[in-house]
Amino acid sequence: MAAAPGGMKPFYTALGVVAVAGLGAIGWMALRPHGSVAIPVDVTVLAADTAGFRGYLLGSATAPVEVSEYADFQCPGCQRFEMMQFPTVRRQLIETGRVRWRYRDFPLDAIHKHTRVAAHAAACASDQNKYWEMHQAIYAGQPEWENAGDAAGFFRRYASSVGLDVGKYDECMKSARYAGRIQASHDEALKLNVPSTPTFLIAGRLYSNGLTSDELKHLVDSLAPAPATP
Amino acid sequence: MKHRMAAALLSLVGLMVATYLYLFKIGIVGTMVCGTGACELVQTSRWSRFLGVEVSLLGVLGYLAMLGVSLAGLQPVLQQRRWPATALLLLATGALVFTGWLTYAELFLIHAICRWCVASAVIVLLLFLVAFYGWRRGRAS
Repeated sequence: MAAAPGGMKPFYTALGVVAVAGLGAIGWMALRPHGSVAIPVDVTVLAADTAGFRGYLLGSATAPVEVSEYADFQCPGCQRFEMMQFPTVRRQLIETGRVRWRYRDFPLDAIHKHTRVAAHAAACASDQNKYWEMHQAIYAGQPEWENAGDAAGFFRRYASSVGLDVGKYDECMKSARYAGRIQASHDEALKLNVPSTPTFLIAGRLYSNGLTSDELKHLVDSLAPAPATP
Repeated sequence: MKHRMAAALLSLVGLMVATYLYLFKIGIVGTMVCGTGACELVQTSRWSRFLGVEVSLLGVLGYLAMLGVSLAGLQPVLQQRRWPATALLLLATGALVFTGWLTYAELFLIHAICRWCVASAVIVLLLFLVAFYGWRRGRAS
């Protein structure tokens, strides 16, 4: 039996109610206050933001050479360095005790809209002693999040995959408590006249033309044993 | 015709779920309402794409197709026709097989469960049951 047109009215009403409720729920979930993360830019740096913090360190404290890398998580050149050169640098120079690596955030907000959130996500991972794991995950995933409208979900996924307590990570991201630390790092790069990313500060000199692991090794060979940069 | 109405309503709910997942995937939704982080893990894993297409987009298209067929089958001119029931069963069977594979990937390859994917899997299973019932009923009459 065909349903009478009049008998379809409750069905179409129900369909309309489901559609409106569903769209409303999607809108609420997309626009809810905690649906995204925003890390403020150009915040006032307080003494507490940098107390005892000089960057994310990797390697022996007694290494004769210190390399400071000024980088931006969303910069393709930094990603290439991280993926193609840094594993060799780590194996040949850092793990052998010849170099201490110091990573400094230099977020280029004008051209990279997710870079500050990425830097903050990594900072939150440092709270749980997983900075370098998160750092690597963010760079490795750059191709998938760089063009996203909102990358926070990707970083949350990396937080989960590197073994962070996601609840604590969420709380850290929501608080934006490392905004000042990131700003201080950014300001330091400006003060040093870092021209681009990645730029390396080695023995008081800036190298900004994309060093390879071989070039870095030659540099370290020529410097070691050199006093560590204060 | 109640089974076609049920199929239309289920398809619409599924469409909402798939739309939400797709909006997350293209970066419009920042973090998902999920609670554990597992949704992001699943949604950004390599299994979230199939032949270069976002699985969530395939979900949107699949649910749209099932919604369209269900609504078409409810029109007076088509209510006695058998092809909407067959088309709905074919679509629902395809969706069920695909969902089965995705659930396997969640459980044994990604080792994480996305609650929204579970919701979609339940909807697909119900759609299949409704579609099968409608198809059997049409065959018997």
